Amino acid sequence: MAELNTGGKKATPRVDMTPMVDLMFLLVTFFILTTSISTPQAMDIVKPDKDDNNKDNRLELKASKTMTILLGKNDKVAWYMGEAGATAPTIESGSQVEKSIIENRKVADASGVKGEFVVLVKPTSGSNFKNFVDIMDELEILKVKVRQIDDDNILDNEKAFMKDKGIL
Amino acid sequence: MPRIKVKRTSTVTDMTAMCDVAALLLTFFILTATARQPEPLAVSTPSSTYEFKVPAENNAILTIGQGKVFFEVAGQKVRARTLELIGQQYEIKFTPEEIKRFSSIASFGVPVANLKSFIALDGGERMKPGVQTGIPTDSTDNQLNSWVLQARTATAEVNSQPMRVSIKGDSKEEYPVVKKIIDVLQKQKVNKFLLVTNAEARRK
Repeated sequence: MAELNTGGKKATPRVDMTPMVDLMFLLVTFFILTTSISTPQAMDIVKPDKDDNNKDNRLELKASKTMTILLGKNDKVAWYMGEAGATAPTIESGSQVEKSIIENRKVADASGVKGEFVVLVKPTSGSNFKNFVDIMDELEILKVKVRQIDDDNILDNEKAFMKDKGIL
Repeated sequence: MPRIKVKRTSTVTDMTAMCDVAALLLTFFILTATARQPEPLAVSTPSSTYEFKVPAENNAILTIGQGKVFFEVAGQKVRARTLELIGQQYEIKFTPEEIKRFSSIASFGVPVANLKSFIALDGGERMKPGVQTGIPTDSTDNQLNSWVLQARTATAEVNSQPMRVSIKGDSKEEYPVVKKIIDVLQKQKVNKFLLVTNAEARRK
C-alpha cells in the first residue's frame, strides 16, 4: 500500500459546504416568508353617522338601483332589489352572491335611471363576523362604490321572511 | 509530437463565502423579526383581499372573541398617559411604578376595579385563563367607552394625531356582539374603523 499518497504532501482537509449553504438559504427563505405573511391587514369601514339632526346624513336611494343584502345564519344571505316586500328575496350562500351582484348591477346600469348602484348590507343577529367581513370584501373586489352598512333598521317583513326560511 | 494539454479547471467552488452570506442574512432576519406578542385572547381573524397594513402608531385595537372584549392602545407613552387619565376618572391613584409596568402590557381585559392587582401580577400569571374577564361594556358601567375616550385624548396629547380604532374580531363571533362594541364607538362619533383581517390572495 505505497502509492496512495505519492507526493508525500498532506491534503488539506476540505469540507464540502454545499449542503450547509442549502440549509442556510432554506432557513432564510422560511424567515422571509413567515414574517411577511403574519402582518395583519386592515379593512376600512365607515358606518353611517347616527346623528339624526344632521341633514347631510340623509341619502336618497333609487329603488331600482338599490340591492339589499341580508346576512343570515349558516353563511346564507338573502337579497332583493328595491323596496322591502316588493319582491321576494332570493336566498343564496355567501359565495354565490358575487354573481347576483354583478347581474343586478348590469340591470341597474342598463335601466337608465340616474344615480349610482347601491348595495345595502344588513347583518342580522344570525350572522357572524366573518360573514360581514366577507361581504364587504366582495363589494371591494367588485368595486361597488356606494355601500352602506345598516344593522339598526332590519325591517319586520325582512325578519319574518328570514325566520320563515330558517336563516335567522 | 507532444500532446496538447488541455488545462482543466476544477468545478468545485468554495462554498464557504456563500455560507457566510447566508448565515449573515439569517441572523439579520431573526433579529429584525418582531417577536410575536403572546395574546391573552386568541382570535382567528377572517381573511380579506384588502392591502392596508394595520397602523403601528395612533391606533387602538379592540379584540373581540368569546363574547369578551380586550383593549390595546399602541405606544408606551400613550399607554402610560391613558392609565393616568383612567385613574383620574375612576379616582384610583396609580404609582409611577404601576404606570411603568402597565405601559408594557399590550392587550388586556380586566375591569378597572381589578386593574391594580392585575398590574401587580407577573407576565405569566396574567395569561392564565380566568384572570382576564374582558372589559365591561354594560350601559350602566361602560368602561370600554372610557378606555377608548381616554386613549383618544392621550394619543392626541402625546402624538398630536387622531387615533384610529381597529376591531380585531374572531371569525366565529356573532354579529350582535360586534354591533354592541361598534355602537359604543359610534356614540363617541367614531364612525370609521379598521377591521383587522388576514391577507388573502386576490382571485383571478
